[in-house]
Amino acid sequence: MAKRPVLQDFWVERDESKCVACQACVRMCSNDVHSFDPQLNRVESDSSKCVGCHFCEAFCPTKAIVIKRNPSQFRENENWKYKDIANLVKQAETGGVLLTGMGCDHPYPIYWDHILLNASQVTNPSIDPLREPMELRTYIGRKPDRIEPGHTNNDSLLKLEIPIMFSAMSYGSISYNACLSLAQAALAAGTVWNTGEGGLHPDLYKYGKNAIVQVASGRFGVHKDYLESASAIEIKIGQGAKPGIGGHLPGEKVSEDISKTRMIPEGTDALSPAPHHDIYSIEDLKQLIFCLKEATRYRKPVGVKIAAVHNVAPIASGVVRAGADYIAIDGLRGGTGAAPLVIRNNVGIPIELAIACVDTRLREEGIRNQASLIAGGGIRNSADVIKAIALGADAVYIATAALVALGCNLCQKCYTGKCNWGIATQDPYLTKRLNPEIGTQRLINLLSAWSLEIKEMLGGMGINAIESLRGNREHLRGIGLNDTELKILGIKPAGEAW
Amino acid sequence: MKRIYIKEEYCMGCRICEVQCLVQHSKTKNIIKAYKGEYPKPLPRILVEEMGHLSFALQCRHCEDAPCLDSCITGAMYRDELTDAVLCNEEKCVGCWMCVMVCPFGVISRSEEKRVASKCDMCYGKTEPVCVKNCPNGAIVYRDEEKNEEC
Repeated sequence: MAKRPVLQDFWVERDESKCVACQACVRMCSNDVHSFDPQLNRVESDSSKCVGCHFCEAFCPTKAIVIKRNPSQFRENENWKYKDIANLVKQAETGGVLLTGMGCDHPYPIYWDHILLNASQVTNPSIDPLREPMELRTYIGRKPDRIEPGHTNNDSLLKLEIPIMFSAMSYGSISYNACLSLAQAALAAGTVWNTGEGGLHPDLYKYGKNAIVQVASGRFGVHKDYLESASAIEIKIGQGAKPGIGGHLPGEKVSEDISKTRMIPEGTDALSPAPHHDIYSIEDLKQLIFCLKEATRYRKPVGVKIAAVHNVAPIASGVVRAGADYIAIDGLRGGTGAAPLVIRNNVGIPIELAIACVDTRLREEGIRNQASLIAGGGIRNSADVIKAIALGADAVYIATAALVALGCNLCQKCYTGKCNWGIATQDPYLTKRLNPEIGTQRLINLLSAWSLEIKEMLGGMGINAIESLRGNREHLRGIGLNDTELKILGIKPAGEAW
Repeated sequence: MKRIYIKEEYCMGCRICEVQCLVQHSKTKNIIKAYKGEYPKPLPRILVEEMGHLSFALQCRHCEDAPCLDSCITGAMYRDELTDAVLCNEEKCVGCWMCVMVCPFGVISRSEEKRVASKCDMCYGKTEPVCVKNCPNGAIVYRDEEKNEEC
């Protein structure tokens, strides 16, 4: 067949009556979409290069640019959608695995949107959080089997002022300024950020008390000071966007700073194997957990992060029995810097079901107190947070939401390293676009807005502490769900009373 | 006295400060008219300097011991008593370009069409200069001299 022209997903529309040819868009686009023609004194746009990040649109001083979906679509139909055809065309041209970034964007059911919250009426009073104290403080870690009066040893627990934590994003996958914003916001909000498997930059050690450090299959940047500096240690087994798949930071992103932080030679690919090569069973995992506990003298919780897969409940049970102080579960819609498209869109289960089945299983086995449950992957707003906690999570991990607060427009091109917003890139031209002072403030705003909303929702339910909602599925009702889904979620259908 | 300071580590080189400065110093103060329909063509009084990935927006530093003040033959350059800023009285300026030659920062430009020196006036009469207000990344700040240690 004739060679097909380059696919054009987006359409750059420039209002010539407004464009003053100031060339801000020309200078800003890392994909070289815009160019200035001095002969015509006009800015031209090549829509085929546009990734739809909306950076030029956001900063055009005259608002002359609008980025649209390409109006000229394929001859799609209900069976063969645009994305299916476009992916086929790309693969026929390249012969490679299609890569993508961020979380699954397929229209699988979002159970959050099928769960409704309760509120108090007459029989129990609701609480006004602006007038009465409201407690969101959360402790992550192993809780005692029985309560002994006068004995309060919380030393080895991780204390959070809000049950929202920043999920793992490594220095390498995101820029230094993005890491710094997360760290400073975590410090200000009394929560934690997570280093991911990229090690901890020397300048960020001062935020160690608000950091969870990861020990992942590549073991990048793991050493004694790294483990000691943190408030908790997390063994990463898998992530929601790509369960069973390792990581690959291309060599061009491994700058001098990253090579030092990761403790690998400059310019070499940072490959994280799919499995930990020393963990092939729960017993092996137990060895690593206790190895890390010994190394840090049992002073801090050691958790395990797994992806939500079909047998997540029994796996979680094994992980808790192996001695994990918390278990982090990452759902189907969890984000990533790079993953094969087919894996991201087809592997794993939604986090809502995973929380419910893991919490239920751990309760049935009588080991729920032995580990905290942290849920991540697809938490979009404060209502999702409160629903996750009512389903049984102790706290939630957010990452995509945090990146959106930092400017991300979900263009899903993180893997190209050309992030115009200065987040998922190491290019010095681009990383300075994220001013950590602004970034930190925006993250703090996000967390404080969510915590106010959570308090309002708790108050409406007549609850004055998030602890009282944890696992309290009586406050949830399902809508538009079938009996099996309701059974797995452990909630009643809307309309059914006690 | 408040001054404009630069944080070059956050300057993206977008030159939106230049665009907004030009509009502020145009007759109509309307971006589209300023670019497309004004003569003499307004000039930005702030200029973004670039080398590799390093960039920063530079405008008149309003020096304590300003050479442009000493070199001005007509007395067009003067120091404003209220703001301590160095300003150019365009009525008096004859376009001899002495100030352009002596400026150690190269931030005075020639308005060829008007034949007067064109320089930053810290947006006289505004509470905050437009470059500071419109910088999308907080790379230009307006604050008291005493508090600044970096610049």
